[in-house]
Amino acid sequence: MKVTQGTFSFLPELTDEQIKAQIEYALDQGWAVNVEYTDDPHPRNTYWEMWGLPMFDLRDPVGVMEEVQACRDAHPNHYIRVGAFDSTRGWETLRLSFIVNRPEREPGFRLVRQEVDGRQIRYTIESYAVTGNPEGERYGD
Amino acid sequence: METERTYSFGGRPGGDARPEEPAPEEQAQTDPVPHVPDDTPVDIEEAFRDSNVQEVLDKLDRELVGLKPIKTRIKETAALLLVDRVRAGVGLPAAVPSLHMSFTGNPGTGKTTVAMRMAEILHRLEYVRKGHLVTVTRDQLVGQYIGHTAPKTKEILKKAMGGVLFIDEAYYLHRPENERDYGSEAIETLLQVMENQRDDLVVILAGYKDRMDQFFQNNPGMHSRIAHHMDFPDYSAEELLDISKLMMEEQQYRFSPEAEETFKEYIELRMQRPNFSNARSVRNALERARLRQANRLFAGGGKGLTKRDLMTIEAEDFRASRVFTELEGNSADGG
Repeated sequence: MKVTQGTFSFLPELTDEQIKAQIEYALDQGWAVNVEYTDDPHPRNTYWEMWGLPMFDLRDPVGVMEEVQACRDAHPNHYIRVGAFDSTRGWETLRLSFIVNRPEREPGFRLVRQEVDGRQIRYTIESYAVTGNPEGERYGD
Repeated sequence: METERTYSFGGRPGGDARPEEPAPEEQAQTDPVPHVPDDTPVDIEEAFRDSNVQEVLDKLDRELVGLKPIKTRIKETAALLLVDRVRAGVGLPAAVPSLHMSFTGNPGTGKTTVAMRMAEILHRLEYVRKGHLVTVTRDQLVGQYIGHTAPKTKEILKKAMGGVLFIDEAYYLHRPENERDYGSEAIETLLQVMENQRDDLVVILAGYKDRMDQFFQNNPGMHSRIAHHMDFPDYSAEELLDISKLMMEEQQYRFSPEAEETFKEYIELRMQRPNFSNARSVRNALERARLRQANRLFAGGGKGLTKRDLMTIEAEDFRASRVFTELEGNSADGG
């Protein structure tokens, strides 16, 4: 199951050329670009690990692409996303975020039913990849 | 991932779209204009006009006094880059030239200013994508503990990507007296990028001539990767006077006729003294003259002043300078 989150998530995977163009756009807007990775695809997992510090004062996407590639080399079977932060007063938030790398095989999510008081059922989802495995060993790195 | 791609191609209306379809198109792009006859006319003039380089060169001529050899070198370099562009346009091979440079010369001879113009020229000729100048010194490249240097250097390099990295007083990067100095690590990182990412950024090293020569001697790798060595000559007294006039004009000041004579004298005396740093000394002298002018106007009680008084620097504003007073003191001693 293809995990979709962030911008462009329903498009086919972006090529490096396209990623570069998006980063260039973000830099032209004056946003600070950062690279994050995780191996926990749960939609509520908001805070991913940071790959280095956010990159301020860049003018050209080549520097970011280098970091993306370095992160891919280090974590080929993780989710990696690129985020662009707008520090303009009033925004001060992430303006753009998209996935640039994903594990080869994404087993998807399981629906867990918990029977509680009476005949009530609580539902939750759980990633097959995460279940039982600690961080870093989830996608067979 | 592959299956998804095929799926999205197949999903297109019209059915049998083949994934290899775009391949020939791509090839045509990477191999530009394969058959151009030898007598194809080329218009260098037009390419030159399109690039707007003349504008920058004119600006260089206007804003920088003297520096004949440097201006000639820059024009030559611009011509080479332009011809390379035109060659590429008709399908002739044009290797990505090595554009890294070293600017040597005494302080205040315009190295930073020329570097800024250089970035602009390279940008107009599309040799760098953004054309900004990142000025750094040793502090910003070299770390303070083991493992600090490489990331620090890389961060600066990332900022300079698409533009020009100007390393001022580059010889401080190499400290031969301390073999555990982290500077050599910064040099290594730099060299790697200078070699492998020539189309991503241009590095300009700057510094005093003798110390840069020493630096290059100790780092032959650096020397061989820099194609353009430019030596900035010192300014003559007349040129310095011209520079001072440009500076004054910028700030809407002017010399009185006597003041101009005095300042000329001042420059000649100042040039003899140690720590003379060309245009920078001139700028400082003007700053001090402005200070004295303000004090003079203020002490005069400010009556009957006109706009002209506010704009004019008088001879006495220079006469009070140490260069003159010490001279008188010496002659008094001697006489």
